[in-house]
Amino acid sequence: MTPSPTAGPRVGLFATCLMNLFRPNVGFSAVKLLEDAGCSVEVPASQTCCGQPGYNSGDYDAARALARQVIEAFEHFDYVVGPSGSCMATIRHDYPALFAGDAQWLPRAEALSRKSFELLSFLADVRGAAVTVDARYAGTATYHDSCSGLRGLGIKGQPRALLGEVDGLKVKEMEDSEVCCGFGGTFCVKYPEISEKMVDDKVRNILATGADTLLGGDLGCLMNIAGRLKRINAPVKVYHAAEVLAGFADGPGLADAPKESR
Amino acid sequence: MNAPANASGNARDAILKSVRDALRRDPLDATQVAALDARVPRHTRPAHDEDLVTRFMRKFESRAGTVERVASRDALPAAVEAYRLAHRLPQRAAVGAALKDLAWPEGWLIHHEAAGITEALAVSPALCGIAETGSLMLASGPDSPTTHNFVPDDHVVVLEATRIVDHFEDAWDLLRARPQGMPRATNIISGPSRTADVEQTIQLGAHGPRRVHVILVG
Amino acid sequence: MEIRSNEFKERSVFAIHDANLQTALGRARYGFVGKRALQVAELPEFEQLREEAKNLKNHVLDHLDHYLERYEQAVTAAGGRVHWARDAAEAREIILGICKRVGARTVTKGKSMVSEEIDLNDALIEHGMEVVETDLGEYIIQLAHEPPSHIIAPAVHKTKDQVSDLFEAAHGGPRKTQIPELVDEARRVLRDKYFRADVGITGGNFLVAETGSSIIVTNEGNGDLTQTLAKVHIVTSGIERVVPTLDDATLFLRLLARSATGQETETYTTISTGPRRADDLDGPEEYHVVLVDNGRSKMLAGRFRDMLRCIRCGACMNHCPVYGAVGGHAYGWVYPGPMGSVLTPLIKGLDAAYDLPNACTLNGRCQSVCPVKIPLPELLRELRHLQHQQNITPVMQKRALGVWRWVATRPKLYHALEQIAARALSGIARRGRIRRLPFAGGWTDSRDLPAPTGRTFLELWQGKRGQQ
Repeated sequence: MTPSPTAGPRVGLFATCLMNLFRPNVGFSAVKLLEDAGCSVEVPASQTCCGQPGYNSGDYDAARALARQVIEAFEHFDYVVGPSGSCMATIRHDYPALFAGDAQWLPRAEALSRKSFELLSFLADVRGAAVTVDARYAGTATYHDSCSGLRGLGIKGQPRALLGEVDGLKVKEMEDSEVCCGFGGTFCVKYPEISEKMVDDKVRNILATGADTLLGGDLGCLMNIAGRLKRINAPVKVYHAAEVLAGFADGPGLADAPKESR
Repeated sequence: MNAPANASGNARDAILKSVRDALRRDPLDATQVAALDARVPRHTRPAHDEDLVTRFMRKFESRAGTVERVASRDALPAAVEAYRLAHRLPQRAAVGAALKDLAWPEGWLIHHEAAGITEALAVSPALCGIAETGSLMLASGPDSPTTHNFVPDDHVVVLEATRIVDHFEDAWDLLRARPQGMPRATNIISGPSRTADVEQTIQLGAHGPRRVHVILVG
Repeated sequence: MEIRSNEFKERSVFAIHDANLQTALGRARYGFVGKRALQVAELPEFEQLREEAKNLKNHVLDHLDHYLERYEQAVTAAGGRVHWARDAAEAREIILGICKRVGARTVTKGKSMVSEEIDLNDALIEHGMEVVETDLGEYIIQLAHEPPSHIIAPAVHKTKDQVSDLFEAAHGGPRKTQIPELVDEARRVLRDKYFRADVGITGGNFLVAETGSSIIVTNEGNGDLTQTLAKVHIVTSGIERVVPTLDDATLFLRLLARSATGQETETYTTISTGPRRADDLDGPEEYHVVLVDNGRSKMLAGRFRDMLRCIRCGACMNHCPVYGAVGGHAYGWVYPGPMGSVLTPLIKGLDAAYDLPNACTLNGRCQSVCPVKIPLPELLRELRHLQHQQNITPVMQKRALGVWRWVATRPKLYHALEQIAARALSGIARRGRIRRLPFAGGWTDSRDLPAPTGRTFLELWQGKRGQQ
């Protein structure tokens, strides 16, 4: 599976639902970072969702249907990489579990699992030698560790190491950066009051750092936190870390007004 | 003991059957049982490089226990008397019968029975100390009634320095070596009684002793 | 206690707006979490111990029948007696039977979650006995006529002022306002009860097959006074709490206090083996153990066996952001937090606690601190799966999932709908955000929705690559 250094690995970009709909800039940032790291990137049109909403709702059949679709769309790549710890943990950990005992699909799920990576950890852990961060960002950011990436995929140091190379960016840690922000997929709309309490705790910790920017690796969490920050009119910009690393964080942050309308 | 033995008997069989059904197997055969009975547990023990006495004292004192050292057993009555004076206690103590032979000061009222509700001070012999956590192990018996460990406000425990073992496992070996077998109560005591049940604030002397003082002999 | 887990939503909202509760929860959360982290940092072997503890529990569960039989033999040899209870009713009957036989009037109790699970107190009180909880936290909530809100800190939801009020009402004035005074008052009142008690009931953290002993760990010493001074000592315990030897119990002791309260060890670890010996000067004349199944052997059969490893330390709830937001009472039964969200539906029925497995973000923090590595998020998801299969999941949610699946397995349609959504949402957005959205109040009541930019990524990508 080790690609020759001249050709570079073929990477299928997993275009997560939230990225596709809400934040295409994260997708383009991912493509730039992957190409800069020597990969050739493709985006299969036959992909939709990883199936996690079905899996976490207990509808395993629906999750399997989606998983089969993802496996078929991506198994011919060297890697499948996506800008979300949550979706990629589903592919990496949950697909093999979903097809346990299935002689036909389990080997395919396991094969895909082995070559599936969240974007930032892929850059740092797999393509480390080929990665040079060439970006500037003037500001102080704090980093929220999204739970699936942190506990499911062991993502903690990688984004910080990469961000440490961004010119002008200072990272200031918040209290409880590893505590859930209250998003939790459908949790946040099924239990909105609990979710609000949790995101309020998160927002308090963010504001206590004095940082002007919040970064993270999962759009679900970031949309939740940004939505709460904007609701209380807190002047904190929110970006996916990939946007900053790619040098594409020059536009409005999540839920910020587009420049022309100012 | 005329509890509903029949019902309990049925329940026993039913629960064991339910367990075996869940495990999808019959009762273990003699070979399997013998293997389980012969099993020797080997778990990781926390490593440290401290001297046992030093560690015992450091750990015990870290939880608001107090420790003093005396050279020999003969020095015990004077040490207890000094403790009594320092805490303004009456000249009365419940003393474990194992310490009966000591030359207790004149005028003291000493008894070796269980502690009563007004007992203020008890002096007990420890079976051993455990360096791992800085804990005392006391075994109930005619020489060391359990009420002595919990009823009085002040508990003085006599521990021979040579009886400090490294880990809990070493303490269990001492219990197993007793000719009279397991005591009714084995009390591992790591300091004064405490509670944090009101607003997470630690308060000493919840139900048991407010102070536990170790006199380390030798 | 009557289960009220299906009121979780209402009770959680109520809890979030209870200022006293929120103050208490904030204090507890940081205390327990910080102290545990310090202890873990001081023990390099901690992770290794977790792995060994998981494996040891699995070994015990694989041979549970054997170790229970060995344990019973050893208890009997030490002069005690083992009783077996299939369910809560049988357990109550057995304990009532013992209490009535010895003519018990006052029953003291150390902390026992199993006794809460089997609703013991009400049964004893109905038969005219005075029941006194002696753990300070349990005593406080007994005065308040409330169930525990945490398995190791049952009154964690109470503030000092609330305790002052309860003590003043129960003991008379003058009103005590300082924590040392409050603790002293409880000490004085309960002292008398210990000495008057006919029966003392405690839980059992571990049951040791080697010696026939029960082990309890406490900080207050109440469990010891309870079991030493009463004429009869009854231990209530789940069948899964048996361990083979004292050395095996040690493995869990090393994990329990650190995980529970963030202590290296609790103040008292007490190993009780049988009744008072012929030459003993104190201790109970009878020693009974009531082994309670109450759904546990069924749990052993399938996917939920992992849950039987639980040693009831409470670390999962201390680290759970949902528990931290709503406290223990919202969960509506005896066991709150992540472990309770698994146990409650399994013991009381899937439909008796629909919300519990669902009110979780699956963030995994509980699993990461569990001393016996129970995969709590997986078990909660598995319960959702059972709810889905058994049609306990609300019809609307099932339908929505069906529609989602139908659309999401048709990529062209899915992308077309995403394109429509991107345009529509961006059309109604003002200054980059949407403040209110029909049918999405769950989101927009408390948060703005970041607006899409109008085109989906796939759309833009295909356009871009088409040009190249």
